[in-house]
Amino acid sequence: MNLMAMQLDTTTAPVSTDMERVERQYITLFESPSVLELEGGGRLGPITVAFETFGKLSPRKDNAIFICHALTGDSHVAGRYTPEDRKPGWWNDFVGPGKAIDTNRYFVICANVLGGCQGTTGPSSIDPATGVPYGPDFPFITIRDIVNVHVALLDALGVHKVLAVVGGSLGGMQVLDWAINHPDRIGAAVLLASGPRLSAQGIAFNAVGRRAIYADPLFRDGRYYSEAEKPHFGLALARMIAHITYLSEASIEQKFGRRLQNGTDLAYDAHSEVEFQVESYLHYQGRAFVERFDANSYLAMTRVMDYFDLTRRKDSLTTVLSKATCRFLVVSYTSDWLFPTSQSVEIVRALIDARKHVTFVELPSPFGHDAFLIKSELPRLEQLVSPFLARGYQDGIGQSG
Amino acid sequence: MCAKRLCLPDPRAAITNDLIINQIEPGSRVLDLGCGDAALLERLRNEHRCDVLGIEKDKESVVQALERGVPILEADLNQGLSFLPEQSFDYAVLSQTLQQIGKPLELLHELFRYARRTLVVVPNFGHWRIRLQVSLQGRAPVTDNLPYEWFESPNVHFLSMVDFRELAKRGNFHIVKEIPIIGERAVDRAALANLRAHSALYVLERAERSL
Repeated sequence: MNLMAMQLDTTTAPVSTDMERVERQYITLFESPSVLELEGGGRLGPITVAFETFGKLSPRKDNAIFICHALTGDSHVAGRYTPEDRKPGWWNDFVGPGKAIDTNRYFVICANVLGGCQGTTGPSSIDPATGVPYGPDFPFITIRDIVNVHVALLDALGVHKVLAVVGGSLGGMQVLDWAINHPDRIGAAVLLASGPRLSAQGIAFNAVGRRAIYADPLFRDGRYYSEAEKPHFGLALARMIAHITYLSEASIEQKFGRRLQNGTDLAYDAHSEVEFQVESYLHYQGRAFVERFDANSYLAMTRVMDYFDLTRRKDSLTTVLSKATCRFLVVSYTSDWLFPTSQSVEIVRALIDARKHVTFVELPSPFGHDAFLIKSELPRLEQLVSPFLARGYQDGIGQSG
Repeated sequence: MCAKRLCLPDPRAAITNDLIINQIEPGSRVLDLGCGDAALLERLRNEHRCDVLGIEKDKESVVQALERGVPILEADLNQGLSFLPEQSFDYAVLSQTLQQIGKPLELLHELFRYARRTLVVVPNFGHWRIRLQVSLQGRAPVTDNLPYEWFESPNVHFLSMVDFRELAKRGNFHIVKEIPIIGERAVDRAALANLRAHSALYVLERAERSL
């Protein structure tokens, strides 16, 4: 859902001079004899990680901020690879010089997640044991595995403790895992539009999306990489369904209403798939998505999300969050029905119960779950995130670890 | 803002905060409801080693609290406090807040689910100058500490010290302390306090259940 902000904003942004030139970097971790022990029981290695950095790491290495991307995002959080790039990174209005996450001050790191398809090892990567893509043989991964890889990346970059880890949605789940399982590595946590677990409703939507992929004859049990045609139909359909959950009733109404795609007269044609503008828009979302995403990765990442549940084991949420030592900023959005405010409140209540430092704000927005990616909603978010980060920076939290 | 008809000291000034801080044991867990810019909580944390949390509905105040590094929840006290874990605070503070709450008795009852003691600072509309203003000018009271015309005031209730004692009795709250604030000073005991105090601080506990 990382590109949604730009896709909703149909005006093409002019190339502005304040864009940072950025380069995607690659590093190989967990090389033999080292290996990543997966939460689900498997082992994986070596693992390539695609990441980008913005700003400069201070000599004391105490100004790093790690950004966790959402379900289908990537490491390209801001800036442009070349000045000719039509679109900048997915959070370019929030991350950059003088912006909410100010790269003049902070050293920002964003990495593509394990299991993804934007450069970090995932199902579409070549399995060194066989010489062909992992495909359906890619091991089952979880949020914890994803974060373990990112922590290993920090080690490789020589950063012991980050000032903050910031993430929305699936990114917020990663932030929680950082806070709980790597408390000595994180000074502050910024959790946007997230929750302590994916709701049954969320699992339900993911299930329909996966079914769309499985049902595509071109899916071929996940072994489609050598084929000319990929299961794009199923993947596009999965995206269309998911996309609806990222919006809100009000935002769809506002953007499309019942407007027709062509003219003002109804066609009375039951076979027309793009009569209303909202239909055309969803089809476009599906088509654009298959250009950049892999069906097996989509299956893996939605399962990552389904499996996330801080209270799956017997412990209460309070007990689980007691392990955290960082400060928290929790933000939810009024019209988010995928991760409604009640889920953020559940985390906030448990954090207070566990005597943690937590600030919570529910921001009013008509843009649903994706609000934290929408340009018009960012100034209000900046008002919270910017002083929250600055406070940790001033207090030198980064040095104490 | 209106032309002031009365000049009483600003109750959110240092004196009120000093008074509140004096009632709180160092190291306590303190919840400040309607905490404004979180100045009181910052002092409680820095000078008194308290574990603090603020609640405030004003967005600018939330930003100020973030700048001070004080944890804060943005919420409207009229919507209840169900987002808080029960029995998690030693003290709840309502400093110049209770008169702005739609149902103050309900809020006080609810607070005892979250805190052992409640500190309430309320303006005293029984002050003699307010009485004179009302009776001689025939106008709604406007004071320095509550400098609002009636139509723009956040204060939805007007009470005196006598009224507050009555509220405590009705809610079955035990008034552990009543400290009138007269001029620049908080006094433990004062004759004719309901005439002379512009505000008063109350320390409340839930009374033992009467049979």
